[in-house]
Amino acid sequence: MDLHILWFAIMGALLAGYAILDGFDLGVGILHPLARNDRERRLFLNAIGPLWDGNEVWLVTFGGALFAMFPEAYATIFSGFYLAFMVLLFALIARAVSIEFRSKMHAERWRRFWDWAFFASSFTATIIFGVGVGNAIGGIPLDERGAYIGGFLDLIHPYSLLVGVLAVSLFAMHGAIYLFLKTSGGVQERLGRWMWHTWGLFLFLYLLATILTLLKYPLAAANFGRHPWAVTGIVINLLAIANIPRALFRQRYAEAFLSSSITIACMVFLFAMALYPNVLVASNDPTRSWTIVNAASSEKTLRIGLLIAGIGMPFVLAYTGIIYWTFRGKVKMEERGY
Amino acid sequence: MMDVVFLSRLQFALTIMFHYLFPPLTIGMAVVMTFLEARFLLTGDPVYEQAARFWTGIFALNFAVGVATGIVMEFEFGTNWAAYSRFVGDVFGSALAAEGIFAFFLESGFLALLVFGWDRIGPRMHFFSTLLVALGSIFSSIWIVVANSWQQTPAGHHIVQMQRDGAPWVVNGQPVLRAEITDFWKLVFNPSTVERLVHVWIGAIIMGTFFIMSVSAWYVLKRRHQAFAERSFEGALLLATMFSLAAAVSGHFQARNVYRHQPAKLAAFEAHYRTGPAPLTLFGIPDDRGQRVKAEVAFPGGTSLLVKGDTRAPLIGLDKFRPEDRPPVLIPFVSYHVMVMLGVFFIGITLIASYFRLRGTLFRQRWLLWTFVVSVLGAVAANELGWTAAEVGRQPWVVVPPVVRGPNGEPAIGPDGFVQYETVDFPLADGSPRPAGLRTQHAVSESVSAQEVLTSIVLFGLIYILLGAVWVFVLNHKIQTGPPALEPDGRGLRDILTARADHRGSLTEAKDAS
Repeated sequence: MDLHILWFAIMGALLAGYAILDGFDLGVGILHPLARNDRERRLFLNAIGPLWDGNEVWLVTFGGALFAMFPEAYATIFSGFYLAFMVLLFALIARAVSIEFRSKMHAERWRRFWDWAFFASSFTATIIFGVGVGNAIGGIPLDERGAYIGGFLDLIHPYSLLVGVLAVSLFAMHGAIYLFLKTSGGVQERLGRWMWHTWGLFLFLYLLATILTLLKYPLAAANFGRHPWAVTGIVINLLAIANIPRALFRQRYAEAFLSSSITIACMVFLFAMALYPNVLVASNDPTRSWTIVNAASSEKTLRIGLLIAGIGMPFVLAYTGIIYWTFRGKVKMEERGY
Repeated sequence: MMDVVFLSRLQFALTIMFHYLFPPLTIGMAVVMTFLEARFLLTGDPVYEQAARFWTGIFALNFAVGVATGIVMEFEFGTNWAAYSRFVGDVFGSALAAEGIFAFFLESGFLALLVFGWDRIGPRMHFFSTLLVALGSIFSSIWIVVANSWQQTPAGHHIVQMQRDGAPWVVNGQPVLRAEITDFWKLVFNPSTVERLVHVWIGAIIMGTFFIMSVSAWYVLKRRHQAFAERSFEGALLLATMFSLAAAVSGHFQARNVYRHQPAKLAAFEAHYRTGPAPLTLFGIPDDRGQRVKAEVAFPGGTSLLVKGDTRAPLIGLDKFRPEDRPPVLIPFVSYHVMVMLGVFFIGITLIASYFRLRGTLFRQRWLLWTFVVSVLGAVAANELGWTAAEVGRQPWVVVPPVVRGPNGEPAIGPDGFVQYETVDFPLADGSPRPAGLRTQHAVSESVSAQEVLTSIVLFGLIYILLGAVWVFVLNHKIQTGPPALEPDGRGLRDILTARADHRGSLTEAKDAS
């Protein structure tokens, strides 16, 4: 298989892994204001307590792999979206410390401050991811060297904001199902209702975004004509979305969570199909686009990277398995928790 | 002054120096925690478990802030140093991706077991998790030091013109160049990796042990958690003594290596302006304009002796470098010298403490314990200053071109009287040869404005001040609260009874205090 295509696929897998795993803990943050008292808030935090940090490592690894394998795309995207990335960084810092610091004091004002920070940072990070994807689908203007020409405000337009809100609704739904699995009693009942609300909102935004994408960026769908097999991705996506209410109705909640995870994976796949063979589309001049070939590192580096990933990923999956297995089941409120 | 290059350097310096408070602390603490848990497994003494639990809580706090500020570093290569990322991505990126896959998953995964797993996994598995977290933090340091060392002494790569649609790529009449890997292991074991990595590890262990000794000494002075604090202090002291001595040895070899591969940097460390025998300066004020050191107190020929084994051996001075290739002197000189002095101080104070420890009177030396309470600041400073010297001394390069050597292995002096750097086959726009490196001024992002960087510096400044304040506040709270009380059985009870001897209160009060 062609090394460039393989690495493009691995980047997609890393992004999907990140979106599925960090997606639910970002979703918990977005739903955090719905918790009614300190006990419920602690329950929410303890549900993701041992896991969120490891989930975020998928983003760090995605960033590192992009740097190593597609350095030109890494450089253009990170410098082009400068202020957006800065806000994202501040959100990620605020999130990490709000989870960690909240439990360290009992004062109500202290806890309320970090509760607010946890919600705001989770919401902001998610919407930035969505806005980023929205811009990537449409492309951004690049100069002859392949660097971004434009400002921060050019990245914010109705379409990119729509994708941002779509991401928020997706992660909120994903997080609600996750929390439902981890809780019991009254709070679980309310989460049950929120699973339905967030699913409805997500479905509406998903359809709206699909229609707008087809109208505004018809090229994003061109790959489905060239590679008809890719249509299976769309079919699976729709089936997974439709299966969420079915599974909820039948009270198969783990199946609902699996379906929302597959939904996320399919959406990353559709995003990748919208880009391929580009990593970053130049909206002003297609010859300036960064493709999986001209943005990539040398073949030798791609091969070394494969070796590193081949040795490392089985370990990563093993650790992830051990951690998720150890902390399976309903949240227990322990002395040492948050 | 307020250009993108200056501001980006300022921002990187601020964010990396803040970040670097945490990694060495966590590496050092992880080593000590592994030691404490191993002792607990071997002896079954609950004081060791109590100590391990307490330090794990503080470790987790430091780790969380370290992770949060660490993501910033990975992103900043792209946001602020896009031209650099394009140039080095093929080489540098691999090390960074390896760090993510090999180190970060290991650390963050098993940290969860460490912090949340006390009641879910057995003591052996817990020890194993501590070991893996320590290992993860060490892996992490390996890859990042490999990447940084490659910038200082690049190897295992070649500099080539990029291809675009099957043809060599030219933009504005200039070839687009980048570094590509030719030999992965030469890149990993580039000429400075091993020396620098050893020194970084030693620095990290010194910082971690001095932190533990600081908190423990304070408990001993306040007569709180005595048994626990003495045990922690003694364990840390043993490691701190060994590694303070090792730092001097490692520092010596590293300085020799710096001279061999980056002579301009060593000249900046020692403010060695004119080529000739180099003194070992104890104190002085570098004077760039006069090209000399004012108010100098020095051993004549001392540096020559350490580097070449001969007080009269001439060392290359800054005068042998083209003006545009010279690093600034003041910052490297001051930070290097203060670091060395702090290192001497660590050796002295740990040897004195070890002497009293052997005589069994260590915990009666209140002046010494107070010194240890504040010495952790010196350990933090030494780590930060060492990196400051290394990174400012690297200027004006972000990737330093290797020095051309003569037949005797010494740097070759060219016909213009200056040290020559290796060049690549693509001349500069003015026709002169292009050095096989990258200047810092050419490394910043093309599409980022000074206003944007200024905005982010202000925001980082505010957020980090807040974060730092909250960290100190929570840390202080944890230290004031102290370790979890022991169950009143076995050795634990004996410790409580021992503690009772020091207190005039009841048994319950003594238990509360211990």
